[in-house]
Amino acid sequence: MSKAILSGNEAIARGFLEAGGKIAAAYPGTPSTEVLEVLSKEKGIHAEWSTNEKVALEVAIGGSLSGVRSMACMKHVGVNVASDPLMTVAYTGVNAGLVLMAADDPGMFSSQNEQDTRHYARMAKIPCIEPSDSNEARAYVRAAFELSETFDTPVILRTTTRISHCKTVVETEAPVTIKDRDLARDVPKYVMLPANAKKRHLIVEDRLAKLREWAETAPLNEVIEGDPEIGFIVNGISYQYVREAFPHAKVLKLGMTYPLPEKKIRAFAAAVRKLAVVEELDGFIEEQIKAMNIIVHLGKTAFPSCGELSSRTIREAVMGSAPACKLPVGGLIMRPPTFCPGCSHRGLYTIIAKLKLYVSGDIGCYTLGALPPFSSMHTCICMGASISAAHGISRGLALRGVHQKPVAVIGDSTFLHSGITGLIDMIYNGGDALVVIMNNDTTGMTGGQEHAGTGRTAQGAESPKLNIEKLCQAIGASRVREIDAYDLKGLEKTMKEELATPGPSVLISNQPCVLRYKVSKKPFHVIKETCVGCKACLKAGCIALSFVPEGKKGHVEVDTLLCNGCSVCSQLCTTKSMVST
Amino acid sequence: MNVFNILIAGVGGQGVLLTSKIIAEAALLQGLDVKQSEVHGMAQRGGSVLSQVRIGEKVFSPIVSEGEADLLIGFEPLETARYLHFLREGGAVVYNTRPIGTIGVSIGKETYPQDIHETITKNAPRVLAFDATNVAVEVGEKRAVNLVLLGAALRSLPLDPSVVDNAITNSVPKKLLELNRKAFLAGKSQAN
Repeated sequence: MSKAILSGNEAIARGFLEAGGKIAAAYPGTPSTEVLEVLSKEKGIHAEWSTNEKVALEVAIGGSLSGVRSMACMKHVGVNVASDPLMTVAYTGVNAGLVLMAADDPGMFSSQNEQDTRHYARMAKIPCIEPSDSNEARAYVRAAFELSETFDTPVILRTTTRISHCKTVVETEAPVTIKDRDLARDVPKYVMLPANAKKRHLIVEDRLAKLREWAETAPLNEVIEGDPEIGFIVNGISYQYVREAFPHAKVLKLGMTYPLPEKKIRAFAAAVRKLAVVEELDGFIEEQIKAMNIIVHLGKTAFPSCGELSSRTIREAVMGSAPACKLPVGGLIMRPPTFCPGCSHRGLYTIIAKLKLYVSGDIGCYTLGALPPFSSMHTCICMGASISAAHGISRGLALRGVHQKPVAVIGDSTFLHSGITGLIDMIYNGGDALVVIMNNDTTGMTGGQEHAGTGRTAQGAESPKLNIEKLCQAIGASRVREIDAYDLKGLEKTMKEELATPGPSVLISNQPCVLRYKVSKKPFHVIKETCVGCKACLKAGCIALSFVPEGKKGHVEVDTLLCNGCSVCSQLCTTKSMVST
Repeated sequence: MNVFNILIAGVGGQGVLLTSKIIAEAALLQGLDVKQSEVHGMAQRGGSVLSQVRIGEKVFSPIVSEGEADLLIGFEPLETARYLHFLREGGAVVYNTRPIGTIGVSIGKETYPQDIHETITKNAPRVLAFDATNVAVEVGEKRAVNLVLLGAALRSLPLDPSVVDNAITNSVPKKLLELNRKAFLAGKSQAN
């Protein structure tokens, strides 16, 4: 046994290895990404970046059927994509253990919504377990596999951003040796024809009743003795916040939040004067406790459903006040995220903003095109929605007699994740939009992961490189053009041509992600004598540029430590004063 | 010991996370409990980045609350000022005086505050301020600002210097170790 400081995600990867896990599949998504990143470095297992979360879960289901412990990892919104196989694998059950690791993002550090994955556990009638730190995250993976095999059920291992990304001390254990099972051949159990599924549904209900009974004595659910004035029922990170705020209180820590141990909760409630249920996001535990006809004194009316909790907010909600502290310094300008200097998305947005196009956006770094100075995104819903929504917009505008070709903007990884189906639909159903695939040869926002289009596996091994141009042609796109993402004139000319041509067009703009590929080009600088201070270059929206006022005009300066030499600003310069060093 | 709370604030890409990783690793080597919190993803793209490290005999919450921080290490002046209200009475600040413009400044919509140093000294009694970027450039690696600041903050940390040194060795790639150690020592001499 040795000690290490690991993030929750690193600990889950460690736990997977300790539990004898063999197949891990994931699509990158903050805050879940690092689990597979760690596992991709391990030998003797199969770890892959799957095309999307549905595929990842199906790969893991296949792994379970083949006889080895398997896990799929994803962020909370990825579970929506994977929910189709999830709802039915809940019926078939498993062969070897099957775990779905899902990371929620309270506070939305890097997400488009704040949904609570625990509802899926109730919907699928399968267990949901929630660690409260990295060491538990490690241990709970093994517990999840054991639970999965004992009860013949997939298990959701749910984390939140603070569990996945906080680093805490972990005590590692030696891996267990798991005997592989035989490939599952059991038609009534694994082939969900209605006649079979009807029988399986009965088994699901029976299994849930058994899980409820098991929860009563499960070591995952633990009472910490203390002052019974207020008893706190907690899960995940809220356990840490409550212990910090009320170190002497009596606490029922639920490591399994579905199904709940009713008798244990009833006994706990009876032993305290007031009952508080502290959980981030929805009142998932609270509602179930209220349905048991147990009075909850402090719940979602006290602890907000939006955003994260903290020890301070919990103390404030319970005591009515918190220790005094200073107010934030007022009037400070904000620092929103922005494209990196040298980012290949900058040129395209410079032109889109100039042409004032209507943009149907997607999920990735390029979503930042919605922010100033570009402010060039008008809808962004979920992975892959850009193209299908642009198609719907184009049909609606046509019905209204409005002649305007909307633009869909999507990255290479997102295109393969679920943009491709939208494009098939648009071409099949006579759409009229310009689809721009911003190909930077990586999954950028999550830190640069491989996908089918990069031609490398998660391990960096060579694999057949998917050709996006040919793929688009194969599904019937007659107008597919490729262009250099840094070439402003070329971008403008090509976009204007495609916008003037009726029917679907695909424009693939290419330049590698400067972060992923560590691109380091010579910085530019300004010839101060010829710069007239017209600010045309500032339209590139780059933090390496700044305007230095001098009298009535002024000039632009380049921070050469930040500049990455992409040349977009120099192409905007009206006096040729921006030159390469 | 009481829990010691550290905030490390900066701009995405400056290496804030490595500094907090080294501090956390050092705390572990010293036999203490430690929790470190950081955010990934969209927030990292040139935006404000905050990392939090809590060190003690037993640490519950990984998050530092307002008015609780013993030490604020700022990689950039504006980002330092943004978290001043997290300092406890008498808490210390070590910060890099080299500003990085925001996108609002770059496009000419906003101006970078001119009185930021006064704001910081007015709100904190113990401030160590110097151009850490310049020190890193002089050492020969502009990206080593994180180690320069770690060196400068060493005196304010409840950690044995030798465990910090070991933590650096464990956390930095071998071929960059010498350069990083030089940056660390250059930062340390700023605190004298």
